[in-house]
Amino acid sequence: MIQLTEEQRMIHATVRKIAVEKIAPRAASIDESDEFPMDYVDVFKENRLFKMVLPEEYGGIDADTTTLCLIVEELARAYASAPQMLITTGAVLQMLLKAATEAQKEKFFKRLEKGTQACSFALTEPGHGSDAGSLQTKAVLDGDHYMINGAKAFITTGEIAELHLIFVRTGGEKAKGISVMMVDKDTPGFRVGKKEKKMGFNGTGTVELIFDDVRVPRDNLIGEVNKGWSLLTGVANMMRVWGAGCTALGNAEGALEYVIEYSKQRVQFGKPIASFQAIQFMLADMAMEIEAAKSLIYRTAYLMDTNGASFDEIESLVCMCKCYAADVGMKATTDAVQIMGGYGYTQDFPVERRMRDAKSVQIYDGSNQIQRVVIARNMIGRL
Amino acid sequence: MICLTEEQKMIQEMVRRLAKEKVAPRAAEIDEKDEFPWDIARIFGENGLLNLVLPEEYGGVNANATTLCMVIEEISKVSPACAIMVFTTQSLINVLRRGGTEEQKKRFYPRFSSADKLCAFVLTEPNAGSDAASIQTKAVLDGDSYVFNGTKTFITTGEVSDFYLIFVRTGPGERAKGISAFIVEKGTPGFSFGKKEKKMGLRGSPTAELIFENARVPKENLVGKAGEGWKVLTNYGNLMRIWGAASLSLGIAEGALEYALGYARERVQFGKPIASFQAIQFMFADMAMLTESAKSLIYRTSAMIDRGEPFSTVEPMVSMAKCFTTDAAMKVTTDAVQILGGYGYTKDYPVERMMRDAKGVQIFDGTNQIQRVIISRALLGKL
Ligand SMILES: Cc1cc2nc3c(=O)[nH]c(=O)nc-3n(C[C@H](O)[C@H](O)[C@H](O)COP(=O)(O)OP(=O)(O)OC[C@H]3O[C@@H](n4cnc5c(N)ncnc54)[C@H](O)[C@@H]3O)c2cc1C
Ligand SMILES: Cc1cc2nc3c(=O)[nH]c(=O)nc-3n(C[C@H](O)[C@H](O)[C@H](O)COP(=O)(O)OP(=O)(O)OC[C@H]3O[C@@H](n4cnc5c(N)ncnc54)[C@H](O)[C@@H]3O)c2cc1C
Repeated sequence: MIQLTEEQRMIHATVRKIAVEKIAPRAASIDESDEFPMDYVDVFKENRLFKMVLPEEYGGIDADTTTLCLIVEELARAYASAPQMLITTGAVLQMLLKAATEAQKEKFFKRLEKGTQACSFALTEPGHGSDAGSLQTKAVLDGDHYMINGAKAFITTGEIAELHLIFVRTGGEKAKGISVMMVDKDTPGFRVGKKEKKMGFNGTGTVELIFDDVRVPRDNLIGEVNKGWSLLTGVANMMRVWGAGCTALGNAEGALEYVIEYSKQRVQFGKPIASFQAIQFMLADMAMEIEAAKSLIYRTAYLMDTNGASFDEIESLVCMCKCYAADVGMKATTDAVQIMGGYGYTQDFPVERRMRDAKSVQIYDGSNQIQRVVIARNMIGRL
Repeated sequence: MICLTEEQKMIQEMVRRLAKEKVAPRAAEIDEKDEFPWDIARIFGENGLLNLVLPEEYGGVNANATTLCMVIEEISKVSPACAIMVFTTQSLINVLRRGGTEEQKKRFYPRFSSADKLCAFVLTEPNAGSDAASIQTKAVLDGDSYVFNGTKTFITTGEVSDFYLIFVRTGPGERAKGISAFIVEKGTPGFSFGKKEKKMGLRGSPTAELIFENARVPKENLVGKAGEGWKVLTNYGNLMRIWGAASLSLGIAEGALEYALGYARERVQFGKPIASFQAIQFMFADMAMLTESAKSLIYRTSAMIDRGEPFSTVEPMVSMAKCFTTDAAMKVTTDAVQILGGYGYTKDYPVERMMRDAKGVQIFDGTNQIQRVIISRALLGKL
């Protein structure tokens, strides 16, 4: 279906190899310990994957949307948690590419030579999730610095990120008073707070970020002051297609592949359970929905890469990709556990983990309800 | 709708109070540690919940199906893992009540009536799950006892139980025709426990492997006739699903619905409680519709059982109740997590646990596919 370029094919092959050799074998133990996988960090660094969205002159691989989709899908097929640090980092770097000055790019891309190379994308606050426009973390200009106070919640990769891209209130009410800033993890007054214990998505370092009189140079403001919201909706939200969308897709594919094999091996009533029509039809539905989601995702990626549709059209398609793939992922993984019966319910097999991981995609990166709000609004217009 | 007697109402009140005061505060910890809650077992024992089906002279209340449904439902609202021990224990006693000899009742009843004696129901083997008629654990008559050899898996309340109702192959016939049921006591030489499953949910309810190596079981412990264990299983076992899996999932769904309702009224986004969004309201409407339908199906069926309607009438009803309620609970809990958003995905709130628990019940006590096999066979007859 998807016409890949030579380069995309090569990247795809490399990532698949990494996924099979380095990612998959560690999934169960990372899930169990919930420790941040520093070995993944090393592999991603070696393969320039943190910088995948950057142009080659910055040491990146200049990945377009389709390439990003391929990378995330392939990694998530091995383990849904694995690509999350690449997604948050890629999201931050794309924001910088779009909105930062040359000097800022120079500064922050250089900063990422050190340490983990990872970034976090920090929007949510305890009281403001879906309604991110009401966020309260404050940044007040004080000479040539901003003084930041407040807290962010549920920040993926926050545990190990070198740089945090944060949305803060610099001006008036709601969406009109929001700006984007970069905060170095080593800034005094900044600290990583509690780590969430979650149902799944373990090893993704979901933490609270706490800002207690944090002074950051004025120069860390990205884009114009009070124009942060348009960066969020115009740039960041588009990443849902390769971020959340492909996470859900890859995770579902991994589950389906696993249970196809299992159902051919497992014998009950004297035959493989794959010979029962009830099992066959579950597999058929899973495949059908996964392929539909995949088609939607890669068509949307193609339209993005070729500027083939208007902003509103693409925005709606991206929301559909995220929402639909997440719902498909939830259903497919729940059925995968069912197909494996009691064994599927145990931690000796990977499908129960995939089911727990799948649930997060219906929630993060804009809950599936918020995706529907946007899709409907773009269809109906504002009433 | 459900007509309860005075006695049933009193029991319901008592269980509701115990569940709220004693079980609910422990539920999260039991899940986290995955340790059997002996404190809860003792409380259940002291309050007569472990011998409900015993006749009054032995301290029981001679509980009928409706009473058992109600008890399991109430406990399961706060902790299905705790409710299950009541289920497995009453299962064994119930089978003995229906299928045991007077001598057996006299011998075992007094021993059940002492405080926290627990029982387990033992059918599944590594290669015989849905196809239970193909079990291979052997029992061979040798003098006054049967000699057991083989392995059982996924046994709920295993290891912590004192009594085990075990289905084994004695011959003479093949498959369902050569199976017998026995009561086996813990401590029988040659009877030991293997690995304990690490599960997605229902944690704290131990799921154990049972190993028999030349274990000698007195022939007086045979329940029913030799070779007629399948009848014991279907005639008594299948109907217990109404107060087992079905009522467990009803409780799970009700618990999740209630929690999410409370949350949605309090959680404010976009300046109003999320309960004011129609998307949330309709999720609740659907959740309530499913839950109430399940409840109606369960209590209508339990009333039919209590009235003594024929097996052929009630068996498919029980399967419908099991399958419908567990599917309903899966959907209701998945949506409850969704309604709580990011918080729902964390272990600080109970709904993610309820979702993990719900999945287990679609699988055990006969998978939902096997229930559909039973239902369609009742509709179509043997083809
Ligand atoms: C695993 C994980 C990783 C995350 N990573 C990040 C991250 O890296 N960076 C970051 O900034 N955030 C992150 N988040 C936070 C995530 O984006 C929020 O959880 C999400 O936006 C929902 O916000 P909330 O949890 O506050 O739920 P709420 O906003 O309180 O929503 C509760 C419920 O109400 C519904 N709802 C809300 N508004 C409406 C409406 N108008 N109409 C209909 N329904 C509505 C929601 O869909 C949801 O079902 C992460 C969350 C999780 C679980
Ligand atoms: C939490 C938990 C507790 C349990 N507690 C107990 C217990 O106390 N005692 C006990 O004896 N067992 C117990 N079990 C075992 C349980 O009863 C079995 O897991 C269940 O019967 C399914 O068997 P299986 O796991 O071998 O799956 P399989 O039988 O291998 O089934 C695999 C898949 O094939 C499907 N399938 C099988 N046959 C057919 C068919 N003819 N048509 C269509 N689909 C079919 C199944 O529905 C399932 O989706 C427990 C299991 C769990 C998970």
